Amino acid sequence: MDVVTLVAIMALLGAVAWLVVAPLRAGSAARDEERYEGARADLEAAKEAKYAEIRDAELDHATGKLSDADWRAVDRQLRAEAVEILQRLDELGVP
Amino acid sequence: MDPSRKRKIRLGVALSAAVLLAAALVYTSFSASSEARTPSELDTAQAGVSYQLTGKVVEGSVQRTQDGLDFEVRDRDGAQAVPISYQGVVPDPFREGREVIVTVQRQGDGFMGERDSLITKCPSKFTTDEQPS
Amino acid sequence: MAEVGRAALILALGVAVYGIGASLYGARSGRADIVASGRRAAYALALLSVVAFVILEAAFLRSDLSFAVVAGHSSTTTPTFYQATAVWSSQEGSLLLWLTLLSLWSALVLFLTRRQLRDVAPYATAVLLGLGAFFAGLLIFLESPFDVLASPPVEGAGLNPLLRSPSMMTHPPMLYSGYTLFAIPFAFAVGALIVRRVDAEWIRATRRFALAAWLFLGIGVLLGARWSYAELGWGGYWAWDPVENASLMPWLIGTAFIHSIMIQEKRGMLKVWNASLILATGVLCLLGTFLVRSGILDSIHAFGASTLGGPFLVLIGAMTLGSVALVVSRRDTLRSEHRLDALLSRESIFLLNNLVLVALCFVVFWGTFFPLIAEAVTGQRAALGPPWFDRYTVPLALLLVLLSGVGPLIAWRRATAANARRSFAIPAAVAVLAAVALAAAGAGSALLALGMFVAGAFVAGTVFQELWRGTGARRAMTGEAPHLAVVRLIGRNRRRYGGYLVHLGMAVLFVGVAASSSFQDATDVRLAPGEQAEVGEYTVRYTEPTARLVATREAGLEFIELGARLDVWRDGEALGAMTPTRGYYPSQDLAGLGAIGRFFEGESVSEIALDAGAGRDLWLAVQPDIGALEPVIREGDAVFAQAAGGLSPQFEAVALAQTLRGLVDRYASEAPPAQFRLLTSPMITWIWVGALVVFAGGLICLWPAPDAARRRATAGLAVRVARDLGRVRART
Repeated sequence: MDVVTLVAIMALLGAVAWLVVAPLRAGSAARDEERYEGARADLEAAKEAKYAEIRDAELDHATGKLSDADWRAVDRQLRAEAVEILQRLDELGVP
Repeated sequence: MDPSRKRKIRLGVALSAAVLLAAALVYTSFSASSEARTPSELDTAQAGVSYQLTGKVVEGSVQRTQDGLDFEVRDRDGAQAVPISYQGVVPDPFREGREVIVTVQRQGDGFMGERDSLITKCPSKFTTDEQPS
Repeated sequence: MAEVGRAALILALGVAVYGIGASLYGARSGRADIVASGRRAAYALALLSVVAFVILEAAFLRSDLSFAVVAGHSSTTTPTFYQATAVWSSQEGSLLLWLTLLSLWSALVLFLTRRQLRDVAPYATAVLLGLGAFFAGLLIFLESPFDVLASPPVEGAGLNPLLRSPSMMTHPPMLYSGYTLFAIPFAFAVGALIVRRVDAEWIRATRRFALAAWLFLGIGVLLGARWSYAELGWGGYWAWDPVENASLMPWLIGTAFIHSIMIQEKRGMLKVWNASLILATGVLCLLGTFLVRSGILDSIHAFGASTLGGPFLVLIGAMTLGSVALVVSRRDTLRSEHRLDALLSRESIFLLNNLVLVALCFVVFWGTFFPLIAEAVTGQRAALGPPWFDRYTVPLALLLVLLSGVGPLIAWRRATAANARRSFAIPAAVAVLAAVALAAAGAGSALLALGMFVAGAFVAGTVFQELWRGTGARRAMTGEAPHLAVVRLIGRNRRRYGGYLVHLGMAVLFVGVAASSSFQDATDVRLAPGEQAEVGEYTVRYTEPTARLVATREAGLEFIELGARLDVWRDGEALGAMTPTRGYYPSQDLAGLGAIGRFFEGESVSEIALDAGAGRDLWLAVQPDIGALEPVIREGDAVFAQAAGGLSPQFEAVALAQTLRGLVDRYASEAPPAQFRLLTSPMITWIWVGALVVFAGGLICLWPAPDAARRRATAGLAVRVARDLGRVRART
């Protein structure tokens, strides 16, 4: 095995080790904040999805697939679900 | 009819349809299939029945006829060969010594290959031994 | 360099195993930093795989024959383009490509979800790294791409001429991308089941990956079909070959999955179903990867029995058992939140679509594995041919296309019956018109084909109606110009209209399939120069043979090309000449073959003469008869064998070239009869065009919404929702 090869392998080993060990050295100080971030991201995604549903229902109504009465019922239901998600987001509070 | 009863009926209908389809499939597959045989097993072949023959093309046996190909197929590691008379597509990799799959029916002393049923196995692309260079 | 590559793979295995341990330990003990370390192990795996792949690719590109793989699958004279693709023509290279793609997508998804799915992600990481470790292990212990030859040969074996096609550059990477992308939702499903977080979060996070997987796998399958049709000498694009089927099955279940997850996202239903679907897709992907290199089923593609069968079967078995165990043990948490509201709803149609797709997959599965099933049941292997497959798949495909036209007309949750009836009017009218017109034109002779045409017309009617109505609705709100309204409509509703476009593309594709299978004309004929034959509306005359030696500056003599010039007429009108040929590549096996005969004992590859058109394709293939040349070949072999050793290499090369030229000229002048296969297939181009439309629609679906527009939209809606609540929110 020549020098170049050896150096290349060492470099790879070093890069991998650095990548993998870095979070461990940063410590667990930010653990709670990360947990909050995670929950918040999940709820935000759910909120976006619910809004997309509301818009979808609107488009269904506009393109004549839903009668006025049916649409109003569906829209009401979906907005109630959206409100629930917003309430949960509120409950999360601030870190 | 209350919703849960409706649901049960729907489930029942769906399941029955599935079972019927599966049963039709299974039943017809056994009757529509052709037995896979090697050349040595073709001794007991009945006339009028299709068999899927797998084997190697015998060296020197390939002859072009007016509308097709005549060749012999032998067991992978045996000597017994059967003559095949074939019409239809001849795949690019077809060559003496290669493994082929062809659907045949007994015709007199030899066998007739079903039109367009000849498949040649590609020479191993993924072999573990190297090709000599 | 090979040493570095090998080291990279060993490091890859090591870091993958570490990552599995870190992710699992971090998850159990709640240590987010250890979980992060595990996630970074996935990044490291991607880095190492890419390094290994680049090293291998570079070795191929510079024809480093000290690499055993390069020596076995490429040569210094192979054109650069094919040198690059030769990497994955080898077992080792293709496994490395699989690993590289898997690790890249894994790193991507873990990066994108690094703040979400805190409890699920570590287990998903472990699954993905587990798969990575499996492939790395194969590459280290069983099929190493970095084996070095002690004495490198002077010349490599070269790429199998059958693989010398542009499709080789695209078909395998697309297929592997599809397979590896499906591993992402698979891994997250496993993780979600383990931690019992089976709401739609894992679906939302991996939705785009599932869609991309579906798209790439589908395109990969179609590329294979096109390759088969345009390059190989049998004129078909699908043979229900076991390996073709193996790539189709995960695609079918994947299609069911990307539809039914929408139901779980909206209503929290079908959790068991979705989990089962994606777990099955993952298993089928690995089954497909395994089947092509196992040799357990008789197939054109079943390349050599290898030592990989065992490990793959163990992996597939473990995945299957594990999946079943997970679903069964978590079935209480997988209970639906809601029930199906109404039979007349898009959810119902999706369910039906799922059932049809699963039925299709079952048919394909049964037919593919029937030889093994028959052997198990009756002790005798038996095979099912295309007619059996067609009998069940065609009606099911027809139903599927029809459903894809019905679905968009029905609203989510519950549709108003009166409105639905109104929505059906125009598409139904289009369908009826099409039926009448086509029946009058004589398409009634093939009832199933006519059915498919009518279904396709129905889908087209639906899609255009939806675009029309949607544009109208948008213009009513915004007053935009029509063309702007259409673009904005599609842009703001990507999933919906991208999906409709995909349906349209699939309908076009199936119409092409129906037309080209039912109304194809084929003629197999032996013609002498001057003779002619008819196929469909065409008259084809064998005018004269063509023969030439093909040489390149670097390679010298590459192959001998014998062909035929065919003049084509239709209704008395001359359409010009087409020249199908056949290339005879010399065998690399020097033992026992003469210097001249070598050329006719290697691979011979058809070059099809194809006149593709919107209405129909004319496809011509030639099989020259070299029987007349055989005495000359034998004589030449004898002469060269005698003179062997007594001639300098240059003189021998010159003499060989001259002899071959003489041979080739002789073929041209003697002009023996040749065997021809003539095909005319209506509307086969529609298949490829349909595929392009599907691809475009898929891209639209995948396209991420621009952040600004989204934020604006949600801000507006948030205020409206808040107004319902009875207070105004200060922040959004």
